[in-house]
Amino acid sequence: MSTVEAPPADRVDSGAPLPRGHGLGPWLVALARRAWRQLTSMRTALVLLFLLAVAAIPGSLLPQRNTKIEDVNQYLRTHGELGRTLDRFYLFDVFSSPWFSAIYLLLFVSLVGCLVPRLRDHVRALLRQPPDGPSRLDRMPAYVGGTGGDPEQFAALLRKRRFRVAVRGTTVSAEKGYLKESGNLLFHFALLAMLIGVAISSWYGWHGSRNIVAGRDGEICNTVPQYDDYGLGARVGPGDLPPFCVRLDRFEATYAPNGQPTAFRAHVHYSQGSSGTESPAEVQVNHPLRISGAGVYLLGHGYAPVIRYTDRFGKSQTSVQPFLNNDENLTGTGAAAFPDANIDPATGKQDPNDQIGFQGVYLPTMSSTDMTRGASLHPEERNPRLLLVAYKGNLGMDAGIPRSVYTLDESRIASGRLAKVAESKALRPGESLTLPDGSKVEFVGTRAFVTVTVRHDPGEMIVLGAAVFLLAGLLLSLWGKRRRIWLRVNGDRVDVGGLPRTDYPGFAAEFDEIVQAARKEGILR
Amino acid sequence: MSDALSNQLLVVTVLAYLAAMIAYAAEFAFGNRGAVARAATRSRERELVGAGGPVLPDTPVVIESAPSGGRAALFGRFAVALTVVGYAAHLGTIVTRGLAANRVPWGNMYEFVLAVCFVGATAWLVLLARRPMVRPLGMFVTLALIVMLFVDAVRLYTAAGPLMPALNSYWLKIHVTAAVTASGVLLVGFVAAALTLIRMGYDDGKRWFPCSLGNRLPAAATLERLTFRVHAFAFPIWTFAIICGAIWAREAWTQYWSWDPKETWSFISWVIYAGYLHARATPSVKKTVATWIAVLGWATMMINLFAINLVVTGMHSYAGVK
Repeated sequence: MSTVEAPPADRVDSGAPLPRGHGLGPWLVALARRAWRQLTSMRTALVLLFLLAVAAIPGSLLPQRNTKIEDVNQYLRTHGELGRTLDRFYLFDVFSSPWFSAIYLLLFVSLVGCLVPRLRDHVRALLRQPPDGPSRLDRMPAYVGGTGGDPEQFAALLRKRRFRVAVRGTTVSAEKGYLKESGNLLFHFALLAMLIGVAISSWYGWHGSRNIVAGRDGEICNTVPQYDDYGLGARVGPGDLPPFCVRLDRFEATYAPNGQPTAFRAHVHYSQGSSGTESPAEVQVNHPLRISGAGVYLLGHGYAPVIRYTDRFGKSQTSVQPFLNNDENLTGTGAAAFPDANIDPATGKQDPNDQIGFQGVYLPTMSSTDMTRGASLHPEERNPRLLLVAYKGNLGMDAGIPRSVYTLDESRIASGRLAKVAESKALRPGESLTLPDGSKVEFVGTRAFVTVTVRHDPGEMIVLGAAVFLLAGLLLSLWGKRRRIWLRVNGDRVDVGGLPRTDYPGFAAEFDEIVQAARKEGILR
Repeated sequence: MSDALSNQLLVVTVLAYLAAMIAYAAEFAFGNRGAVARAATRSRERELVGAGGPVLPDTPVVIESAPSGGRAALFGRFAVALTVVGYAAHLGTIVTRGLAANRVPWGNMYEFVLAVCFVGATAWLVLLARRPMVRPLGMFVTLALIVMLFVDAVRLYTAAGPLMPALNSYWLKIHVTAAVTASGVLLVGFVAAALTLIRMGYDDGKRWFPCSLGNRLPAAATLERLTFRVHAFAFPIWTFAIICGAIWAREAWTQYWSWDPKETWSFISWVIYAGYLHARATPSVKKTVATWIAVLGWATMMINLFAINLVVTGMHSYAGVK
């Protein structure tokens, strides 16, 4: 698989006929050799290249687990059997599917099969002298005949033009433009290096995501249990994550008058290792924070309402949970759970059906004219309101099953184990709602939260280096020009012939120029 | 400064290109066949018959001067003048847009298409300056420009505004400029590829539209070579654009490649164009087949630009089209 001239493999496309009657061994060898030739032929490489392009299409049309796992689950819920069938064929994991891998691995095997012989040939060509010319130079696409001619002088002329020159008796052979094939090989080897970099990324890389609420109590540390969502490479264990912690002090967002955001800034403190010394830093979109070989990226933000619940025994607890954004105006939905509410101070016991939870919608800017509109009008807190629905019953949080902190258990609401006991009007900060049992919930205010992803990718520099070489190789191979020039003295007669070995429209002009220079120096008359 | 001036200049641009197209068409229609087909007689194809030796390229078609003489040439010169007027207005559209938004003028899809067409027009004018012979082909280039700009103005228009934070990076200037440049040059490459196929079809004896236009086109070998050179120029720029995108993605989205729909389709285009370059360099693949691959490449570029921006949501969803 390469861009110039006919690769050797192309010429033996059909392969030798399979021998018969010589036993299984030679037959298998012949079969393998034939399969190898087929695989390394340009035709196969082109077919694989197109298969690769076609195979990538479903990955762009269907949601993929690696980027939009929520959309995949949604698709599976709504499409039933179709979804399950698609899933069976890895259509939600296209780029890690066996069939996609098979295509690119075959392509790379084909590439290696073609590159190795070409590299060998090219090294040979670089080591040996330019080959002797054909017997009839006048058959060459560029030709000039004349008299005179000193081979050594002509050789010097060509050497000055950076040709590689060999003088054999009365014949001068010269060649130039080896960089074209070098570039071609560089391009293809860079592709292999890139594949290695990608493999290292997927083996040794890791990432985790988490919403961090502003404040000391919101600090997160780089350990697997602290992440809402994480991925470890095949060769990475939970203990391999470098220890560091990040805390959000303050989050700033600026907006254009139409509500479009113009800048996000997260002011954080971080500490590395076990030293505990904290350093301040600022994280912005496009400006991640680099700690211990990992990047901390700011990917989203929103509001976490502070909800204080005072139970009927007068004991207060506070919940600060991020409300996940529904839209770009930061309408948020979330929950506040108080599993330890209503513990009787006299006995220290709790009726498990006396737990309290709230589901809510937060609007940073509620419409002041249309109170029924359940969506925020602006991402800034211009008219903040919180709507809460209170549920009483067993929250089901004692079972030890990890549960989402962003919602109450819907199945318990549906089955009645959590009963709706009250619904608030739109609360302003500082306002409260009294529940039928006399307990009280107060909307204290909000704190900002940011969504961060922490990622370590050890292969990225290999990929970047490979990409640079790939581009350099590409330029050389596309714009390089390989050409040969010969001069032969035959008694009184001198023949000069030229052969562009690649697509090179300017060759005639270059040849003419060399001939003119030779005439000027009296080499050719 | 509002974007009203920019919008008015866009109208001027499209009208000037339209007038230019009519003038090019007049030259194409009235031109004596010889002027355009002269290339055919100059183009010689020679092949070296040897043991697996490379197929020699055709001897270059040297074009010294524009098709000369007569009413047709007058139309042609008029067409070029109108193209230049349109081009100046086009430049003005982009510059005033940038001033109105107070930033680089390729921050959303409307501006992207505007810039791609500008690069396409630039590539056309450069080609025209270097090979005046190709002038009558301007009809097809301006047609492509008008269609793209019309769709842009009618379907994709977005009022000038500030950049969203994710786009606020110097990589916007590098990555998007490279993508715009590559797309614009590939647009001209597509026109060349399409004309090559028309001419090849004509040479094969096909006389129905659009192959019927073939007799007024330069020789198939000339067009085929032009197609290759334009693509060989654009492909490294496209590669560069993808690499810059990956570097930016690593800064903005945490990883250099995440198979976002737009990334996926730029990869698909890259693979198809790589396939074109390989196919063209392989003697056993017919030039017609190779040229069709180039056309397919442009189809994937168009799918990426329109279908992926407007229908599929991904991290590249900055089109701003409501």
